[in-house]
Parts: sequence; structure tokens; C-alpha cells
Amino acid sequence: MGKKSDIELIVGGLRKDKRLPEQTREIKMKVGNIVSANGSAEVSFGNTIALSSVHGPRELFPRHLQESQTGILRVRYNMAPFSVDDRKSPGPDRRSVEISKVIRLALEPAIFLDDYPKVTVDGFVEVIQADGSTRVTGINALSLALASAGIPMKDLVTACSVGKINGTLIVDLNGEEDNNSESDVAVAIMPTSNLVTLLQMDGVLTKEELMHLLDLAKKTCKDIHEMQRNVLLEKYKGEE
Amino acid sequence: MSSREIVLPGDMLGPREGKKLGSGVYEENEKVYSKFLGMPRINENEISVVPLSGTYLPRFGDRVIGVIEAVEVSGWFVSINCPYSAFLPLSEAVDEFVDLQRTELTRYFDIGDIVFCRLSKVTKNKLVQASMRDFESRKLRNGVLVKVTPTKIPRIIGKEGSMIMLIKNRTKCEIVTGQNGWVWIRGDNKDKAIEAILTIERESHLAGLTEKIEKMLGE
Repeated sequence: MGKKSDIELIVGGLRKDKRLPEQTREIKMKVGNIVSANGSAEVSFGNTIALSSVHGPRELFPRHLQESQTGILRVRYNMAPFSVDDRKSPGPDRRSVEISKVIRLALEPAIFLDDYPKVTVDGFVEVIQADGSTRVTGINALSLALASAGIPMKDLVTACSVGKINGTLIVDLNGEEDNNSESDVAVAIMPTSNLVTLLQMDGVLTKEELMHLLDLAKKTCKDIHEMQRNVLLEKYKGEE
Repeated sequence: MSSREIVLPGDMLGPREGKKLGSGVYEENEKVYSKFLGMPRINENEISVVPLSGTYLPRFGDRVIGVIEAVEVSGWFVSINCPYSAFLPLSEAVDEFVDLQRTELTRYFDIGDIVFCRLSKVTKNKLVQASMRDFESRKLRNGVLVKVTPTKIPRIIGKEGSMIMLIKNRTKCEIVTGQNGWVWIRGDNKDKAIEAILTIERESHLAGLTEKIEKMLGE
């Protein structure tokens, strides 16, 4: 991370998995697969699979966490022990606590929590297979789950990762690219208003490169948003 | 935009043009957007969106079915299928004079009892008060509660009550629907009635539902 890699990740303009620099992996989305939840979704970007569910709005305990004027959103991001090559020790760690917070902050601006004073909306993101860009996959999944749970939202939230490898700007990093990139940037936007709700950067980029990557990310997010729309409409199609 | 379409959160419904903002929408720069995944309802006076899913949110005047969850000094807390409980004060529930020194309130309602009541007050912070001071409100005895999606209740009732009357007439059951998504049923044929109601909930979007229910319930 942060320096040029010795591995040839881009040969003849193509990435190792035969993608163009600005091409995403195959994206699959499914809504409503967890019956006991108020809303749920599964999103996969290539080999990265995130499962998300939303429970609530429901009563918040312990009571001292309640806010009298507004509801709160709680997010738990968790990686399954079998999601990575080496076994990941189960349970929360520093990384997943941070990512939970980052996902929450990315989604909070889009939700009308004021409509539900004193209660909580609980969102869960379970990464069952990890191959890079897990947090943006989680954001896409959770945003779908929130919409299908009937939570009032300003807009769907759409996210994608962009980065730089050996001088080439690329979209949707997989695990290997993530580990060997000069820089990677996670971006989440609200596509209708074009507002950015998450922007995280690792490594080194010039200002021009960052601005170019942001444009790329916004363009990719618009495409992902279209997919999110279609999967939600498909699910509720004909439900008068 | 036709009113049969489904909209998603953030979809633009049109310019406001002095129309009233109904539920499920928000305004930004004179334009109206949807808050929910739902069906838009647009007419010359009002723009609103009816969500397709979601938990019940209490509103003033709603007729709901509740279950007593706690007995207090001078009233009851009623669970109404949402994150907020409603308070039912003694004065709003009982007509006669009650001497609180001598009377146990469980004489009127005990934990687990089912009541049909009206929401007489809902504050901004979702403090909810219920009232039984009208002729329809009463204690519901010996029946069963069925839980359905709150947004499907109008479909179960039907146009001017046609669907619910059909089920009532064919099964000879007593049925009470609460706007919070709970339906109370009592009668010998209640299994048939429950089946009919769950079918309506499941297939509320399909055409020819009335005929199907008619056929299902038989003569």
C-alpha cells in the first residue's frame, strides 16, 4: 500500500481479471432474503459478498441511549471467520468497529431519523466472502435493506471504491489490487443530489488524480444506483 | 407520473406548485421527492406517497387494536404494534366513578387484554394517548389477533367495507380491524377467516381478489 507494486497487476491495459481499468466486477443484488428482518439485501461485487439486514424502527434499550428528539441508527459490520483466506478470529475488532462507524456515518445523512424519536434502527452487515471493497459493498447492501424496510430516506446511498495502481486510475479494487495499490479511495454518494456521504483515502494521490477519481466514482455510483433501482422495483413489481 | 407507478426514496414527484405536502414526501428547492419505496398519490391538492412496507407509525385519530402491557396507578399502557406504547388513562376508559383507594384497576383491564381504541393525542415526541370514549371502542374478549402489514389494512377492508363484509357474512365471524395492522377475529369459523385475511395480505396486488376470496369461502 502506498507504493508501486512489484507484481504486474495491469498488463497491456487489462487488469489481472481481464477488466478494463474503469470496469467494475460483476455486480449482483438481491432483496428480501431474510424473512425475519424488516428489510434485507445481499450484494456481491465479484467475489465479495455482503449480506445485510435491517431491524426496526424498534424500542431502544438501554434507555439512556434514547434521544428524545430523534431516532438513532446503529450499524454492525462483521466479517465471517471463513470470509478470508486465513481464518479471521471471530467477533468485533478495531477494524470492524471503525468500519461500522464509517458505514453508519455514510448512511445517516440519507435517513429521516427525526420521524422516529426515541427509537433505533438496527442495521447489520455480514461479509461472508471478502475480496476487497467490503465496506462499499456493505453500504450498497444496507441502503437497499433500509429502503425495503420502509425506512424514510432522502435518497438511496450508493458506494464504490476507486484507486491507483502503478500510475493507472482504476475502479472497484479487488483484494489483491487493494493490497498492492498506491492509493485507494472509498466513496459513497446520494445519487439524486450528487452529495458525497463518505470519502476515505489511503496512500498518495495528487489533487488532479483525486478529482479525476471522484468523477469516476460518481459515474460508477450512478450505474450501481440504476441496478439498485431495478432490483427494488423488480421485487415490488405489481404490488399495487 | 402516473399514480400506478412505484417510486423509490429520492425520486422526484414533480414541482410543488402550492400543493399540500402529504405523508411520505419531502420538499427541496420547490420540488417534491419521495421518502419511501411506495406508490405516489398525486392530485391537484396534495402529493403523498403510500409506503409498501414498514412499521406502523401512530397518528392522531387512528382506530387501533391494542394489548394491555402494563397497569399503572391511574391508567394502562397499551402496546399498539409499534415502538411507542399508548397510555390509556382511567378517565378515558371507564365511564363510572372509580375510587382509586379501594379499586384494583385490573378489575377493568388486566395485562394481556385486547382493546379497540382511538388515538386521541400523538405529540411530536411520540407520546401517545388512547381513548375509549366513543361508541365503537370496547374490550375485545375471547378472540384471536392476526398480524398483517399495516399498509394492507385498507385492502382487507375493501371499497366501503365490501371485502370485510364478505368475510364476515360468509364465516359468521366477528372481525375488527385496527389501522396498526392487527386484526381481531372471533367465531367458530375463525380459521377460514384467518386464511382469507392472510390471502388478501399476500395477494393484495393481484387482480380478481374478491372472486378468489368468494370462491375460497364458498357458500
